[in-house]
Amino acid sequence: MDKDRIDQIIDKHNCDPGYLIQVLLDIQAENNWLPREALERVAERLQVPMTRIQHIATFYKAFSLVPKGRHQIHICVGTACHVRGASRVLDTVEGLTGIKPGESDLDLKFSLETVNCLGCCALGPVVEIDGKTHGKMAPAQTADVLKNYD
Amino acid sequence: MSEILLKIDGKEVKAKEGMTVLEAARSAGISIPTLCHHEKLEPYGACRLCIVEVESRGWTRIVVSCVYPVEKNIIVRTRSEKIDRIRKMILELQLAHAPDSFILQDLAKEYGADRNRFEKEPSFCIHCGLCVRYCAEVKKKNAVGFVDRGIRKEICFIPEIASKECWNCKECFPLCPTEALQAAYVLVEALISPTFLQTRGREIGSG
Repeated sequence: MDKDRIDQIIDKHNCDPGYLIQVLLDIQAENNWLPREALERVAERLQVPMTRIQHIATFYKAFSLVPKGRHQIHICVGTACHVRGASRVLDTVEGLTGIKPGESDLDLKFSLETVNCLGCCALGPVVEIDGKTHGKMAPAQTADVLKNYD
Repeated sequence: MSEILLKIDGKEVKAKEGMTVLEAARSAGISIPTLCHHEKLEPYGACRLCIVEVESRGWTRIVVSCVYPVEKNIIVRTRSEKIDRIRKMILELQLAHAPDSFILQDLAKEYGADRNRFEKEPSFCIHCGLCVRYCAEVKKKNAVGFVDRGIRKEICFIPEIASKECWNCKECFPLCPTEALQAAYVLVEALISPTFLQTRGREIGSG
C-alpha cells in the first residue's frame, strides 16, 4: 500500500486523531492487514503515539498486523455446527488451502479462521467467505465453493 | 470552589468539589491502600484495591475511591468486613501474577490473603498502568504501552523510542508495584528483538 493512498484515507477523515480507528479500519479493508510503515505514517500524520496505535491494533480482532489473504474464510465450529460435522469441513478446507486456522497461504489468496457462532445454527455447518454465508456445507462441496475465489 | 462535607470512617471531612474520595480521605489522614494511584497521574481505577463503601440516602454501594468524586453528606467506610473480603480476593488474584512482590505481600499480611490460593501465572504484571501512564503523561515519551487484551494483555516498549529515551530515564522502574525488574526485562526484550510488530502479530495471528 503506497503512502499517497494512506494520506488520502487520513485526509478523508480530516486528519482528526479521533478517527484513528476509522483510519485503521479503512487501511485494513483495502490492504487486508496493517503494515508497520502504514502505522508509522498514521502516527505521524494524526499525531498519536505509536503505543496507542499498537494498543488499538492488537486489541481489536478486526485488525491484523500480519499479511492476510484476499479472501477470509470463517468456519464455524460452534456447538450446532460441530455436531453437524464442522470439523470434517474444516479438515477438507485445510487440505484444499494447505493452511491451518489463523494462517494465510503463500500467495495471499486465503486466510482461514475458526469462529464459534455465526448466528445461523439452522444452516450448520456454516462457512463464511468474505462475509457471504455458505450454509449446510458438506466436505465434498467445499472445493466447488472455494473454486469461485481467486 | 464550594466545600463539601462528608463523613469518612466516622470523621467529618471537608473536601473541595471535584476531589475524589481517595484524595479527601488522604487529606484527612485516613489511609486507603492503592496500587495504581500516583499523585502526578490521572486517576485510572485499574487495581480496584481502593474500593470503599459509600452510604448515601440509606443506600450502601461499593465504589472505587480513586475515581469517585466526593458528594455532599455521604458516609464513607474504608474498612468493613465486606471491603476486607473483596480486597483479600483482589490481592489473591494479583498475587497469582506477582507472587514475590513485597508491596503485595505486605498488603496480603494485613488482609489475610493467601498467596497460594490461585494457581500461579507469574507474568509479574498486574496491569496497574503506572509505567505506561507515567511515560505518557509525565515524560510525554510514550515509549511503553499496553498491547493485546484480556488475559494476554501486557506491557511493551516501542524499540525505536526506547533505544533513544529509556536508558537515561528508567523512571518507570521504581514505580512498578510488583518488581522493578519487570519493566527492565520487557525493555531489554524490546531492544534485543526490535521486530516486535511482526513477531507479535504472528503470535496473535496464530493464537
